[in-house]
Amino acid sequence: MRSPVFRGYAVAYLIFLYAPIILLPLFAFNDSKVIAFPLQGFTTAWFVEMWQDTTLWNAVRNSLTISVSVAVISTLLGLFAARSSTRFNFPAKAGIMGLIMLPMVLPEMILAMALLVVLLAVGIELSLLTIILGHVLICTPFAVAILSSAFQSLDRSLEEAAYDLGETPLSTFWLIILPLVMPGIISSLLICFTISLDEFIIAYFLGGTDTVLSVYIYGQFRFPAKVPAVMALGTVLVLLSIALLATAEYFRRRGIAKAGGKDTGGFL
Amino acid sequence: MTKSDAMIEFRDVHKYYGDYHALRGITGTIRPGEFFSLLGPSGCGKTTLLRTIAGFEDISSGAVLVDGRDMAGVPANKRPTNMVFQSYAIFPHLSVEENVGFGLRRDPRSKEEKARAVGEALEMVGLKGYGKRAAHALSGGQRQRVALARALILKPKVLLLDEPLSALDKKMREQMQVELIRLQRQVGITFILVTHDQEEALVMSDRIAVMFEGEIAQLADPETLYRRPNSRKVADFIGTMNFLPAKVLEEGAGSVEIEAAGFGRIHVEASQVMGGATAEGATVGFRPETLTILYEGSAATDRESMATIEEVVYFGDMTYYDVKIDGTEMPVRISMRNVFGRPVLDRGARARVGWSPGALVLFR
Repeated sequence: MRSPVFRGYAVAYLIFLYAPIILLPLFAFNDSKVIAFPLQGFTTAWFVEMWQDTTLWNAVRNSLTISVSVAVISTLLGLFAARSSTRFNFPAKAGIMGLIMLPMVLPEMILAMALLVVLLAVGIELSLLTIILGHVLICTPFAVAILSSAFQSLDRSLEEAAYDLGETPLSTFWLIILPLVMPGIISSLLICFTISLDEFIIAYFLGGTDTVLSVYIYGQFRFPAKVPAVMALGTVLVLLSIALLATAEYFRRRGIAKAGGKDTGGFL
Repeated sequence: MTKSDAMIEFRDVHKYYGDYHALRGITGTIRPGEFFSLLGPSGCGKTTLLRTIAGFEDISSGAVLVDGRDMAGVPANKRPTNMVFQSYAIFPHLSVEENVGFGLRRDPRSKEEKARAVGEALEMVGLKGYGKRAAHALSGGQRQRVALARALILKPKVLLLDEPLSALDKKMREQMQVELIRLQRQVGITFILVTHDQEEALVMSDRIAVMFEGEIAQLADPETLYRRPNSRKVADFIGTMNFLPAKVLEEGAGSVEIEAAGFGRIHVEASQVMGGATAEGATVGFRPETLTILYEGSAATDRESMATIEEVVYFGDMTYYDVKIDGTEMPVRISMRNVFGRPVLDRGARARVGWSPGALVLFR
């Protein structure tokens, strides 16, 4: 890092990465319908406009319903898969785990098309439920990956000690295993929530008449007059993301301190 | 065998992992109130055997009885045994007192009584006042004590210890050895220790089972194990032993006449004759301290041989000599205490080596 070349590279990299995001709040408070410099003056009108947009609120409600459901379902499925893959041996384990992880690398486009064809063929109506289905498919591999590492770092004799002291397998899971993998569970919930929230392709293909946030924003961009309000929405989302990330990091660090481990850098 | 004679009884216990035969017919008893050790090199099955008592391993055939009751089908959480794990398995998200009191969750006693029990258990292991501390903030030795208190608070019939001292440094280990012995006498519970450290086993145990390759090679008290190992393998594993080739001349009733190069004809009692002959035939074994270098005015020994000193290793309180007894090929090791006024001999010096036929063991 001493060399000025490297320092210049690092600075350029960070600017490229974050400057566009800084433009969001800049234009969100700009008193002009046109997204261009020079800035015209300060206004909060776009936020008011955003706030009063009922379609937006509808999209937010839909998105939250989907993302929360997906986070919970994927993490639960991930919990089962991670637990069984780290603790038990069963026939064709590698193959089964491989198939569970596959959607992580499968192009979403293909997944979305295939699901759409199947759903239409079976005659299931497109709704929030079908989006949840698609999102669970792509989020579960992430949940499995995060939770597997949480389970793997668990000393098996902790479980045995709890049995030895009179607990049943179920109470051991509740009293010992669950608290110790809790940081992993929280990470998994947050990651799945985030992935689902900004996912576009599946939401667009399988959405039916219900609009979600990502699809709504894409739609608004076609009308230049709506763009400043979208900028305001973007600003709010950036702030929420930062708050979410900070919360996740807080829980992760607290989890590490509780377990007495060393901080080796977070997943987030 | 009546109930009171055996706290643990193994009846021809076999354990297979797939094709691997981990326990090959273990039979033996462990007495109530005894400090018992399972000693052997890694992979000998000692930890597996311990885990069959705890209920963490199913056995393939045979029976394990605890206090006269067959443990088949009894899960670990219903057995009258508790275990101290090699990694201590302290619950990292709980405090010291929550760890120690963990096993009392299903105890019908009142909260105050349980708290008192936890306090007493902590005091017993020398951790009075540590109850509120976070478990992960403890040192290795303190974790060990918490693990002990946590297991003993349930007043098990048997306490199982899986290499509990292997993670501690030498000083701490020796201190904990003494404390474990004290604790065992205090609570009177049967302790079963798994260790690969022969010295630890000798120091701590009332009786020891030496295990090799899934079998008990010898089960005896430390002194018998050391003085009368029943095979070369056991003799080699416990302490140091010099082995010399020997020839059987005559077999009488209750004794054997042998001849060993450098030692001449020796009359060996039947109690000194063990199995474990090698391809070369019978072998005579001597512990290093049963051979003595004789100085001017040393008390006479039964027999003497002349020897040349080949190597001298000075340890401060002891000196180890490797000497070649006249007429032998291999040097033997002799350990001598450096008592006041006794000079340390030089390499190449000639010396008289005193010994007694009663100290040797014959493997055939």
